Amino acid sequence: MSEQAKSIIKKKKRQKFFIIFVQFLIVIGFFLGWEYLAQNKIINSFIFSSPSRIMETLQGLIITGELWEHILTTLYETILAFTIGISAGFVIAIILYEFPILAKIIDPFLTMINSLPKVALGPIIIIWAGANTKSIIVMALLINLIVSIMNIYNGFQGVDEMKIKLLKSFGANKKQILRYLIIPESKRTIISSLKINISMTLIGVIMGEFLVSKKGIGYLIIYGTQVFNLNLVMTGILVLILLSFIIYEIVSFIEKKLST
Amino acid sequence: MNNLLEIHHITKNYITDKEEIKAIKDITLQVHKGEILTLVGSSGCGKSSLLSILAGIDTATSGFFQFHKENPVIGYMLQNDALFPWLTIYQNALLGLKIQKKDTIENQEYVKELFKKYKLEEFMNKKPSELSGGMKQRVALIRTLAIKPDILLLDEPFSALDYQSRLAVSDDVFNIIKKENITTIMVSHDIAEAISMSDRIVVLSKRPCYVKKIYDIHLTNKKNPIENRKAPEFKDYYNQIWKDLDINV
Repeated sequence: MSEQAKSIIKKKKRQKFFIIFVQFLIVIGFFLGWEYLAQNKIINSFIFSSPSRIMETLQGLIITGELWEHILTTLYETILAFTIGISAGFVIAIILYEFPILAKIIDPFLTMINSLPKVALGPIIIIWAGANTKSIIVMALLINLIVSIMNIYNGFQGVDEMKIKLLKSFGANKKQILRYLIIPESKRTIISSLKINISMTLIGVIMGEFLVSKKGIGYLIIYGTQVFNLNLVMTGILVLILLSFIIYEIVSFIEKKLST
Repeated sequence: MNNLLEIHHITKNYITDKEEIKAIKDITLQVHKGEILTLVGSSGCGKSSLLSILAGIDTATSGFFQFHKENPVIGYMLQNDALFPWLTIYQNALLGLKIQKKDTIENQEYVKELFKKYKLEEFMNKKPSELSGGMKQRVALIRTLAIKPDILLLDEPFSALDYQSRLAVSDDVFNIIKKENITTIMVSHDIAEAISMSDRIVVLSKRPCYVKKIYDIHLTNKKNPIENRKAPEFKDYYNQIWKDLDINV
């Protein structure tokens, strides 16, 4: 390797380190600033909480074991809704692709449901599905399923006409076209819809937990608000930020693995 | 001469939401065994529609065609290679066999032989993206030959290539077709390409198309397409067909 290349690589590495360092500083600065403002009574820590109070609350939740219970509940609901959403979305997209008239018929309804703020359906869902985990899953599915169907279906439709013609010239039937061409060609769209889907699912799950739950991070936040324990609310939000970041990174990792 | 295929008064109308478009007015043709027959016409004249009908992808509005062979195998080659990027080129070449459930060891060996014969053997396990445009088109031809077609339908098979590769690949394809002795119907809008490759040329009118004229191409020292372009008769054919096509630029 030439000296010039070496120095460029070195420079790039240094830049990368610098970016991470600044990001770290921002986080530390944010919490230190917050703590400072709270300690000096510049902000009301009853309303805004403070990092030290959050740490105390977190400690309490860890000691009683409650924290894991809440995290696991949310995680379980998210994984369940995500799996159902992706698989059902895939199957429905195939059905729509196979029956174009059906796709045309339900197209405006899909758009309508998609543009509806799903939280508006919350109260009905509770009545229909009951005040339990089922409602939360239904809520999450309402949000992620339509997006999945639309993404995967659009992927199917983007398949090269020429390739379909080729398979037809070999005498391929619909099933073979689907198996040999449509599904493998849309693999990329399906994989990239995973990332959108997981974010949507988490939104749905938290929304569901706001409406009806006795466990979960959404419950932690809404319960904290009801009893005016802002420390609990902030702790919940902080845990949620970390959890969603980790889940997102895991899905990104899976996406990378699958697409190579 | 022995006819492999007879086309009788085929017409084709496309119906859109608003109107009916007549693509083919009336085509009657005999295709001789072993010949390369090229359909020449201005773009959009309906020549590709005829190939789609013969390939069984589309149906004629009226008229019929008849093969003088039971259960003829039809090989169809499209404007671009249509190779599947996620498969190796060997897997691509087996695609037709797989779909027709003729993916036997014997046929696999035949495909491997084709790769060897046409000097693509060392690329067999590569993905299409690692090949040049001309090589990809040759793989597309092998994929078509793999099903051992009785007739080849080539729909402007070189139009996606640049001029240089186009000459080279048309030479290759010509040699392969002649070596395997497969009856071929080609569609082209390139007059020079048609003259250099064909035994006969059918000039089609503008849309809705009908057969305007048929040329038997006799060139002195007929060899391969690139050499054929040097034949003394080449220019006359070119001028004649150009006139027949009545192209207004």
